Amino acid sequence: MPVNETLARYSDWAYASAVVIYVLAMAFYLVEQGMTKPKRQRERELVIAVASGGETVVTEGPRALPPERGISRAERIGRMGMALNVLGVLLHGAAVLLRGLATERVPWGNMYEYDSAICLVAVVTWLVLARKFDLRRLSAFVLLPIVILLFLGGTALYSTAAPVQPALQSYWLVIHVSVIAVSSGMLLVAGVASVLYLLRNAHEQNPGRFARLAARLPAADVLDRLAYRVTVLGFPLFTFGVICGAIWAESAWGRFWGWDPKETCAFVAWVVYAIYLHARATAGWRGNRAAVINVVAWVVMVFNLFFINLVTSGLHSYAGVA
Amino acid sequence: MGAKIRDLLAFLRNTWRGLTAMRTALILLALLALGALPGALLPQRQLNQFKVTQYLNEHGWWGSLLDRLQFFDVYSSVWFSAIYFLLFISLVGCLTPRTFEYLRQSTAKPVITPRNLARLPHHARGTVDLDVDQVVEASRKRLRGWRTVVREEEDGGRSISAERGYLRETGNLVFHFALLGLVVSFAIGKLFSYDGQVAVVANGTQFCNSGVLSYDEFHPGLKVDGTQLDPFCVRVNSFAATYLPTGQADKFHADVDYQSGEDLATGTWRPYDLQVNSPLRTAGDRVYLLGHGYAPVFTVTFPNGEQRTKVTPWPPADGTTLLSSGTTTFDPPDTTDQGELRKHQIAITGLFAPTAAYQGTVLSSQYPAPNDPAVAVDVYQGDLGNNSGLSHNLNSIDQSMVDQGRLVKKVRKNLKPGEEVKLEDGTKIRFDKAEQFTQLQVSHDPTQTWVLVFAVLVLVGLAGSLAIKRRRVWVRVTPAGEDEPGGRTVVEVGGLARTDQAGYGEEFTRLAAELLTGKDT
Repeated sequence: MPVNETLARYSDWAYASAVVIYVLAMAFYLVEQGMTKPKRQRERELVIAVASGGETVVTEGPRALPPERGISRAERIGRMGMALNVLGVLLHGAAVLLRGLATERVPWGNMYEYDSAICLVAVVTWLVLARKFDLRRLSAFVLLPIVILLFLGGTALYSTAAPVQPALQSYWLVIHVSVIAVSSGMLLVAGVASVLYLLRNAHEQNPGRFARLAARLPAADVLDRLAYRVTVLGFPLFTFGVICGAIWAESAWGRFWGWDPKETCAFVAWVVYAIYLHARATAGWRGNRAAVINVVAWVVMVFNLFFINLVTSGLHSYAGVA
Repeated sequence: MGAKIRDLLAFLRNTWRGLTAMRTALILLALLALGALPGALLPQRQLNQFKVTQYLNEHGWWGSLLDRLQFFDVYSSVWFSAIYFLLFISLVGCLTPRTFEYLRQSTAKPVITPRNLARLPHHARGTVDLDVDQVVEASRKRLRGWRTVVREEEDGGRSISAERGYLRETGNLVFHFALLGLVVSFAIGKLFSYDGQVAVVANGTQFCNSGVLSYDEFHPGLKVDGTQLDPFCVRVNSFAATYLPTGQADKFHADVDYQSGEDLATGTWRPYDLQVNSPLRTAGDRVYLLGHGYAPVFTVTFPNGEQRTKVTPWPPADGTTLLSSGTTTFDPPDTTDQGELRKHQIAITGLFAPTAAYQGTVLSSQYPAPNDPAVAVDVYQGDLGNNSGLSHNLNSIDQSMVDQGRLVKKVRKNLKPGEEVKLEDGTKIRFDKAEQFTQLQVSHDPTQTWVLVFAVLVLVGLAGSLAIKRRRVWVRVTPAGEDEPGGRTVVEVGGLARTDQAGYGEEFTRLAAELLTGKDT
């Protein structure tokens, strides 16, 4: 089967550019972070302003501040970061698409491609959430793991464009892997939200803790709700993906479930997410404990993505890492 | 005596309560996750016996301790079974009362309107210039789709209690019962299922599912003794593989014929194009193409002129280049005397390369397709030890026989197709060519369809229980008092999410705004 070398090369270039753009966007976000004062400090300054005789009428919400010019410099830099982020996503999407066109198959047939696809889903999910819930100032924290994953993908995990082996030549490659990639991407975002929740919650209990970082985060209950809502969407999708995997395994490997390391790990992650959902409905387990469980589930997912594919050898060893 | 029985009953009751509490279920789930994890990290007998042995050899006392604790058979271990058995009981104990509660609630009216709606998490209040009855009528219309009941109140007012999202609990119960069904059918499947592997040379060789002995390896379920297998036969006519220039496999096709059921009696063969991802399903069993390799053909000419030809699959040692290793054995012809036989048995053991490459005289393979096949073999003569009654690996020779000097290496040689090597007693060994063999697996699992059905129900129930919110809204409509500004009727709305709060706020705000207008649109 031929591989279109030109398209494959363009895909690689788009990938590299996307990573660079993401790093730039992250830098802009961080500058915005650094220039934005935490709410408490802002309130203090306002009190001083009012006390010093100004007749400033302060409307609620950080958007209205500072009132002197239409858009603050921090805001402007943040928006530039967002614009770069969108450009990065477009390039990233192009890299994935061109890979698929070059090889004439779905672009998630090996570890590099899967890693790239899953990161694309995570960034797109993030952009949607950030638009909807005004979470832009968290973007750097989300982009950091993404950039690390993409860097690893482009260096250690990279494999040249090629057709996939016979075991992967099935329409289930489209369904199973895409569903798992989308749900994993969503659950990764939920996990980051829970980590931030823990930081913010600790800060709210005792303002001295994580003061520099957590003071800039949204309120704990916002983060908690974000984590929960994304999990509630991602978890059934993940379940569906696992079921699709079982159906595929039945026609490819001769059994629908065989405790292959990847299957086992998916099972463990599934059970931990089940614990999370139950914990949220159990008195005394809401809040911190539930968030910790969600973070554990997130760790299992990441572990499943990397460790299982790269270190142990099972039937899912399609990593293509030499 | 009576006291003892009472104590015992109390103990049982408390145990039951403890076991079915949510906290216990959470801990059991955590244990299940933790217990499953070693199965991903340690080699498992069920998957790879060889790796377990290797691990045991490398880790000494630590390995044998793990072995005694059943860490190499996690999913059939006592402790793993105990966890899921307890979880099972806990689940049943939790579901039974919930089912009764659910049935009771399915006909119950929404609960009475609380006296003080302002204390609820969601609350709104307003006045309108309409009659109480007009507002109640309009509100009922607006609350279509909700289960509602209108109640008269003391001070001339009326109230509506409304509730919706009953399907959440339906989904919840469906999910949990389906999960039980899935586990039960999985367990029953494990009792009655079997699978077996067999290498079949792709030159018209037949395989029949007639018994355990037809297989190279056979894994029966607990209730399978191997005597009542589903009868069918498969004939592998040819096998074709294509490879990319890198050596990566691209396509595998096995051209097979099969017969089952009535065809067995009539001798009819039906064709099937067997491929990876497309198993042959017949007679309640599935036949998979799981692998392939080469079977070198050797012809031995004995000193008396008699010839024997044998095709033996040599399993691949390298998955990419298909460098294979194996052993082909011959018994001398016309020998009934065991002593004579055991002096002249022949073993040809070594490597096969589909596309030969040499480093000096050491054979290796550079490509998986049979472009330039060659073998590098040691020929042994003597006692193979296969009559000793002890089982041994058919792919290698019995090293203990060599050590005892009862099996002697006669010659080492690289051969291309058609080339032969002569032993000192005049026996000639010729490498004719290489056939391909297919590695087939036959699987039987009578309950897997049920597992699928339950899995789909699990998914449906899960989606229902997570997407649907159970929530209540109350509307109280009372004539306005003298001191009330605005219209003549006061409308008060209160809301409560029965389950997770996330997301009810927006819906309530919208709903309350509409209800407070007192109109039905």
